[in-house]
Amino acid sequence: MNEARASGAWVIFATFICAYLLAVLPFPLWAEWARPEWVALVLIYWVVALPQRVGIVVAFSAGLMLDLIEGAVLGQNAFSLSVVACLALVMYQRLRVFNLWQQAGVVFMLLGIHQMLCQWIQNLTSAGAQSLLFLLPALVGAALWPGVLLFLRHLRRSLHVH
Amino acid sequence: MALAGVLALLLIVADLRFNQLATTRSVLSGLALPFYWVADVPARIGAWGKENFVTRSSLLEENASLRSESLLLKSQLQQMAALRAENGRLRELLNSSALVQDDVLVAELIGISPDPVRHQVVLNKGEGDGVYMGQPLLDASGLMGQVVQVGAGSARVLLITDATHAVPVQVNRNGVRAIAEGVGRLDQLELRHVAATTDIEAGDLLVTSGLGQRFPEGYPVAEVVSVERDPGQAFARVVARPMAQLNRSRHVLLVYHRE
Repeated sequence: MNEARASGAWVIFATFICAYLLAVLPFPLWAEWARPEWVALVLIYWVVALPQRVGIVVAFSAGLMLDLIEGAVLGQNAFSLSVVACLALVMYQRLRVFNLWQQAGVVFMLLGIHQMLCQWIQNLTSAGAQSLLFLLPALVGAALWPGVLLFLRHLRRSLHVH
Repeated sequence: MALAGVLALLLIVADLRFNQLATTRSVLSGLALPFYWVADVPARIGAWGKENFVTRSSLLEENASLRSESLLLKSQLQQMAALRAENGRLRELLNSSALVQDDVLVAELIGISPDPVRHQVVLNKGEGDGVYMGQPLLDASGLMGQVVQVGAGSARVLLITDATHAVPVQVNRNGVRAIAEGVGRLDQLELRHVAATTDIEAGDLLVTSGLGQRFPEGYPVAEVVSVERDPGQAFARVVARPMAQLNRSRHVLLVYHRE
């Protein structure tokens, strides 16, 4: 039991590392507004799949790390990802019985809230976006959700993360 | 939840209002560096391939063009030596301090900020190489920005086009001073509070004026693209295009300019 728990933690950690790498991967200039929020996607998956293990503490630390990597205001992503994790914790039971595209709709909403909170905090530094384009990552993330879900679920089942 | 939220909000306030976290941040930025290194690997391999898999004829061609460019630059340098001596003599006559030549450090860009509203880049040189807060960054054609965060082996640079950045400039043609602000677009700067009667026109070169004590004097910043003088407005709207290749340059120069 103990060993299984340790190996599981390793898998969760590794998926977050991959999400950070994808988050800083150079993107072509024309698509820079469409970069999906990989860390938020991975976080939502783990909260829905293993709510007893991945919760607000993980969300907070993952967000803090993302702040450091992005060079954002310290606490910006920590705050918004904590809120996202909290919302996901409230509705993970409903989310599980939805089909893929209904889930994608809910994920769109969660990612949208994440983007909005980040935008508000950024506006405090007077460096906010001028248009609604900042919501585009939520749309892209929702479109990617079925793929992310199936991949991570396959990973979780084949590596026996409980 | 409430605890995490309050903690995060406290962090935000501490970072934004009181600037308490600068040292913590620079220490912890070492954690972020590996991600930028790994994410940069494909670009590195691409550059390596481009350097190593080239034909002999294209190398010869490049060699020839570099040779002619070097000849051109050398001839300009000869003139420059004479001009510098003359400038020094004139400054002596005026009893003003002489211009010193700045030392530079060549750095490589290893990452750009993933957030499109934040114009920042990450360099592969840090505190160990003598990089310091506020150090100006140039590329081959102009001013790029200034260092805003120094880690042990990396530094984060705020570009001049970021919406929170402003740089004191002067028109090269006649010395008119202004402040060039970023507006959050990579190809645009705007001059603030330029009186409608000011002598400034499209095509003017803006260079750093050195007045903010942050940037050394005389480096090209931007070229004026358009000047709109609306009688209904208090100031003219002056739009300029940065000289530096903000989204292309990979090899950049850090200038040592301590007062």
